[in-house]
Amino acid sequence: MDKNEKKVGYMTSMSKPGKGCAGDTGEWRVFKPVKDEEKCNHCLLCWIFCPEATITKDIEIDYQYCKGCGICAVECPTGAITMVKEEKQ
Amino acid sequence: MVSFKSLPEEELFLAGSTACQGCPASLALRIAFKALGSNTILLVVASCTSVLQGSYPHSAINLPLMNAAFATGGATASGVVAGIKALVKRGELEEEPTVLMWAGDGGTYDIGIQALSGAAERETDFIYVCYNNEMYSNTGTQRSGATPIGAWTTTTPGGKVQHRKDIAQIMIAHRIPYVATASLAYPLDFYQKMLKAREIRGTKYIELLAPCPPGWKFPSSKMIEVSRMAVQCGMWLLYEHEDGENRFTGATKRMIEGKVKKKPVVDYLEVQGRFKQVLASPEGKEAERMLEEDVSESIRRLHGWVPEYI
Amino acid sequence: MRVLETGNHFVALAVRSAGVEVVPAYPITPQTQVIEKIADLIAEGEMEAEYIPVESEHSACAALISASLTGVRAFSATASHGLVYMHEMLHYAAGIRVPVVMANINRALGPGWNIWCDHQDAISQRDTGWLQVFVSSHQEIVDTVIQAFLVTENRDVLLPMMVNLDAFVLSHTYMDAEVPSPEEVKRYLPPYRPRWRLDTRLPVTHGSVVYPVDFSETRESMKEGQENAREIIREAAKGYEEMFGRWHGDLVEEYRVEDARHLILAMGSAAAECRVAVDSLREEGHSVGLLRVRFFRPFPVEEIRRLCQDRDDLLVMDRNYSYGLSGALYSEVKGVLYGRTNIPVRNLIMGLGGRDVTHQLIERMAVKAWKGELDDITWADSHSTKSHEITKEMLGRFEEMLD
Ligand SMILES: Cc1ncc(C[n+]2csc(CCOP(=O)(O)OP(=O)(O)O)c2C)c(N)n1
Ligand code: SF4
Ligand code: SF4
Ligand code: SF4
Ligand SMILES: [Mg+2]
Repeated sequence: MDKNEKKVGYMTSMSKPGKGCAGDTGEWRVFKPVKDEEKCNHCLLCWIFCPEATITKDIEIDYQYCKGCGICAVECPTGAITMVKEEKQ
Repeated sequence: MVSFKSLPEEELFLAGSTACQGCPASLALRIAFKALGSNTILLVVASCTSVLQGSYPHSAINLPLMNAAFATGGATASGVVAGIKALVKRGELEEEPTVLMWAGDGGTYDIGIQALSGAAERETDFIYVCYNNEMYSNTGTQRSGATPIGAWTTTTPGGKVQHRKDIAQIMIAHRIPYVATASLAYPLDFYQKMLKAREIRGTKYIELLAPCPPGWKFPSSKMIEVSRMAVQCGMWLLYEHEDGENRFTGATKRMIEGKVKKKPVVDYLEVQGRFKQVLASPEGKEAERMLEEDVSESIRRLHGWVPEYI
Repeated sequence: MRVLETGNHFVALAVRSAGVEVVPAYPITPQTQVIEKIADLIAEGEMEAEYIPVESEHSACAALISASLTGVRAFSATASHGLVYMHEMLHYAAGIRVPVVMANINRALGPGWNIWCDHQDAISQRDTGWLQVFVSSHQEIVDTVIQAFLVTENRDVLLPMMVNLDAFVLSHTYMDAEVPSPEEVKRYLPPYRPRWRLDTRLPVTHGSVVYPVDFSETRESMKEGQENAREIIREAAKGYEEMFGRWHGDLVEEYRVEDARHLILAMGSAAAECRVAVDSLREEGHSVGLLRVRFFRPFPVEEIRRLCQDRDDLLVMDRNYSYGLSGALYSEVKGVLYGRTNIPVRNLIMGLGGRDVTHQLIERMAVKAWKGELDDITWADSHSTKSHEITKEMLGRFEEMLD
């Protein structure tokens, strides 16, 4: 190999922003938040309290990354979100 | 008045981070970013936030971010602010970005207090946020100057015997233009305080209680509930200090005005595993009394006296 | 512009000419004049820079780093306890690859408190990744500070540089020297263009957690930066000579070495004294030359191998000591010569804590060395004093009291 090719060059610990820096964190879940649209009054409490930014303002849950912390279910004032045991394949 | 509806939908804290389930620091970052927007430079000193943002070459934070050494919060901010001034002089920057320094309680109360004090005294124009989880969570839950009496940590195996510091008061003593406390259970209060801080010139200090589920030993689903209880029992007081005056806000204001009754500290202690040992011990009652006294003392310091209905 | 100034003021004037934009600093003797002069120049409107009056050296270095990351030229100055207090941040600066320059006014480390010259402060920061240069005259201070920015900001280097000048001997004595104007320097040193910066238009995270799988390469990159710096330093010195007509050496400076059988090696202002010693030893018929090591990092490996191999012996002077081994320059020189020559290499430890380095003593020691009368390592100017007797008396009384 050419000596130059062996050089690392300028290399520094610079990281790129993006979703899923820890992978599909949805895989961490033991319980899964499930929303009952009937009961939801779109108060946005679950949206604002989700630490992982995995609920949209339209109250869609992003299961790829939702970690299943259960905060949304505890804080929902109408009981529209229930935590359901994940079925692991 | 802001409402949840008016908060921006854009997320600068990106899903799929390395934070624990129910992490208070993540939520705090998320809300802070909504208030400050993308024209912000974020500085983070060694803490859980250095780790929960992900690891090389990926990052959960969609802002220019420099990770700084543990003790350097205030100084790192001063350097960036000076650099920005130089760029403005050169005519290279039209809109000055907001500089946000993000540190844990260890990086604020303990190792970083000198640099923070220096930056405040130099009137560096930046927002310093301390997310206070009352321990060194990143290194495995050791005590800090913010750990309350009685709390178990790995370095206070029998429960801490000293009081926590009142660092917000130390910051007020620096005569900086804005000091505020916040709680994740009251996100609009926090959001508005961040908005206000962004508009004020000079050093702004905002401290947020950050109940850490693994460190405090409670289920992640209760993170907001525990945050709320801390305010309701007075262990965490919501207030602002501006123009030489203290002003209670939100739930604390209602409590001080006698509109809602202060809850006993013990209710708050009982939902957390870290106080279990001390509550069960012969000194349990004494610890409880000292913490109630800590609440009264904090109110007295801010308000001058403690209303008898509290 | 030719002016009569102290070494410290020359640092400040060179910093102004180099177009530095941010200066965070904390005072310590004998560096104070540097930052006072910079504060004055800014106050008088003669220099456009942000001065950050930090509350410690740890903070000075932290602010130096973060200011540089916004994409501006930044400088600081310190000495002794200030430098070692920065230790964590020195590693940080090199690790985060900021091309900052810092003057270090070489001073001993306490206890006991000693504000005078030796190189212990800088040498103890050897492995931080900083480029380290030691100068030996007032003119060289000016020219080196200016060259330092050209070297560090080179994209094949991007490592911080420490410009070392000896306490008092250089820092506080007055000499006249030429200071190129900011306009003149601009032709030599273009405005700083960062490789990347903290910029809201392209948000990136810097200094994330790096796992073992990716870490080593970031350090190998620093190593390459140091190695690349050798050629860049030579070019910067050459380019400077072409533009300003002054030469102080590049990685090393040679003095009467060509035909010399014996070589003396030294760093910093003591080299001036060595030069006198070389001249007078030559007059007495000894064949001797001086190799002044300017850069301690990157170490002048090739130069030392080329210039030292075919001599009768080497005498290496150190104003520092690596406890449990030897002087630092001595061990480095031996290290790079290993396996290439069998000539004796001897170490003189002298001039610690500001003790005068005299050419007479150097001459005496050199002659002794050549006669084979010196140990490998000699503490050349060490002797017992009256004060030491008083300490011994107190220790005797403790012995009675405690044993
Ligand atoms: C100089 C130095 N000492 C110690 C450490 C190790 N360390 C890293 S983070 C940390 C604790 C941080 O605690 P805190 O600031 O409360 O943040 P948290 O981890 O709780 O979020 C410690 C001790 C370090 N990085 N640097
Ligand atoms: S908290 Fe409950 S009611 Fe409110 S938006 Fe979420 S799911 Fe709907
Ligand atoms: S369970 Fe937790 S992470 Fe998942 S959506 Fe609810 S609050 Fe967000
Ligand atoms: S230990 Fe606590 S603060 Fe740290 S990442 Fe986990 S939940 Fe967040
Ligand atoms: Mg903490």
